[in-house]
Amino acid sequence: MQVDVSLALLVLLVLLVVAFVVWRLSALAARIDRLHIRIDLARSALDAQLLRRARAAEALATSGLIDPASAIVLARAASNSRNADPGDPVTRGVVESEMSRDLREVFADAEAIAALSEVPEGQELVSDLAAACHQVALSRRFLNDGVGAARLLRAGRLVRWFHLAGHAPMPQTFEMDDQAPPALQPYL
Amino acid sequence: MRVGLVCPYAWDTPGGVAVHIDDLRRALLRLGHEALVLAPADDEEALPDYVTSAGRPISVSSNGSVARINFGPGPAARARRWIKESDLDVLHVHEPAGPSLGILSVWVAEGPIVATWHSSLASSRRELNAAAPMVRSAMEKIRARIAVSEYARASLVEYTGGDAVLIPNGVDCSLYAGDEPLPGRSRGGSTLMFLGRVDEPRKGLQVLLAALPAVAAAVPDVELLVAGPGDAEPVRDALDPALAARVHVLGMVSQDDKARALHSADVYVAPNTGGESFGIILLEAMAAGAPVVASDLEAFQRVLDEGRAGALFANEDPVDLARVLVDLLRDPQRRAALQVAGRARAAQYDWSRVARQVVAVYDSVTPGGEKVFADLSTQLWGRWPVRRVPNPDRGSPDAG
Repeated sequence: MQVDVSLALLVLLVLLVVAFVVWRLSALAARIDRLHIRIDLARSALDAQLLRRARAAEALATSGLIDPASAIVLARAASNSRNADPGDPVTRGVVESEMSRDLREVFADAEAIAALSEVPEGQELVSDLAAACHQVALSRRFLNDGVGAARLLRAGRLVRWFHLAGHAPMPQTFEMDDQAPPALQPYL
Repeated sequence: MRVGLVCPYAWDTPGGVAVHIDDLRRALLRLGHEALVLAPADDEEALPDYVTSAGRPISVSSNGSVARINFGPGPAARARRWIKESDLDVLHVHEPAGPSLGILSVWVAEGPIVATWHSSLASSRRELNAAAPMVRSAMEKIRARIAVSEYARASLVEYTGGDAVLIPNGVDCSLYAGDEPLPGRSRGGSTLMFLGRVDEPRKGLQVLLAALPAVAAAVPDVELLVAGPGDAEPVRDALDPALAARVHVLGMVSQDDKARALHSADVYVAPNTGGESFGIILLEAMAAGAPVVASDLEAFQRVLDEGRAGALFANEDPVDLARVLVDLLRDPQRRAALQVAGRARAAQYDWSRVARQVVAVYDSVTPGGEKVFADLSTQLWGRWPVRRVPNPDRGSPDAG
């Protein structure tokens, strides 16, 4: 009789431990899943902002308000950005960085931008581009912040031993030069 | 967009963060958005209709002063109910790093969550580790972090990892736009002004008073307006009687009188010796057209654009302060130039601009139009006994 009681207690204890471990692991898996969703959303936000920036540059290129040489630089940068392969983040990062540099070249002169924004249509285009540049930097920072948190969590022992991340690929940061033209800052 | 703002401190005792949230709320309204507030409150009856109470605050000591916050299952349940009923597009939590309503709201919510660090309630690493898995799990839900100053951003990076975007505090320039002075006063003489707690050494009134004799020797008609709470008797007693007549103590001033006093000042002096992470009062002075002289704290240097929008002196050095003040009081052209530069600088921090930057952050966390909803995994805790207090303002969900 004595044996049975202690055996029952032992079984109960084992069950409790197993339940606790399962609960801990499922909570961890839920955290990883949540971070992956956050990263996916952040990535689509960044995609949308990069597209918006390319559109804003295109609109300025075809507006007839800027000189032809600058227009060609902008149009080419915008078209490269639109044609970049989203599946190849490294090349894409290079293309977007080139666009940032082109934008800084074209919009280096504060006085020229002031003259451009005196035309109502020009002002709209300029502030749209300024907002898009700003948003690209914001979205990229929030994406990389999420990626950092996910990578930190996935580096934990429990996560690796129990394959809590499933088959989801390790999230990667998106690297690019996202510095907006300083002269556009006042039009934000 | 419908935004839910969570204030960690009691709404009925206004402090920096609560004022910031109310200013942000008004700026969001002006941009065509809707904003609701969840905050601890003593008296639920006295709250405006856009504020929902999370319960009575509890006083805890923090950084040598008292913060009135709330935590525990009751406020968590109220936060969850508020989130369920409010149909929010974005949840914007303030100061989530402390043991307060900020972290609770994040804990019970899912979806687009933004948080702002003001750094006044930074937890130590030890406190954070004690509650680590739960706190970290909540922190991971925050999709975008904002810091109001480099100081706040540094403490965020150190304590919780990750990064934040810097969006400074705003100033409502329209409140300071006029030029009406205090009755019987006007700008154009040699009037200095100080605003801040009179008996708080970190505000630095003693540095200014130590510089005053030297300034009076060079500029005989100099006067000083002292505004702010605290016992001013010891201040006057410590002064030479001839000088004491030149010091006018205004005591606590209303918002309108603050603007009038700033419009009466020829130079605004900020002799703070430390502990400032931003310096909103400098922006208010600049918006009111008062040239600013400030100690060379890092935060002040940044607000004054490294000295281009105001004059700086060596911190805690009355001799240097006197030199800068005398130079400026004798040079009306320089004052006029600083006035123009200061107004332009303040305009960069106007709430309309700052709020647009905040909305840009909201936009980047809501690409799919997903709403804020209650996190069911924390429901168990939320069922802890809570005294249900009917909230007449919000009514039933379908009434709103």
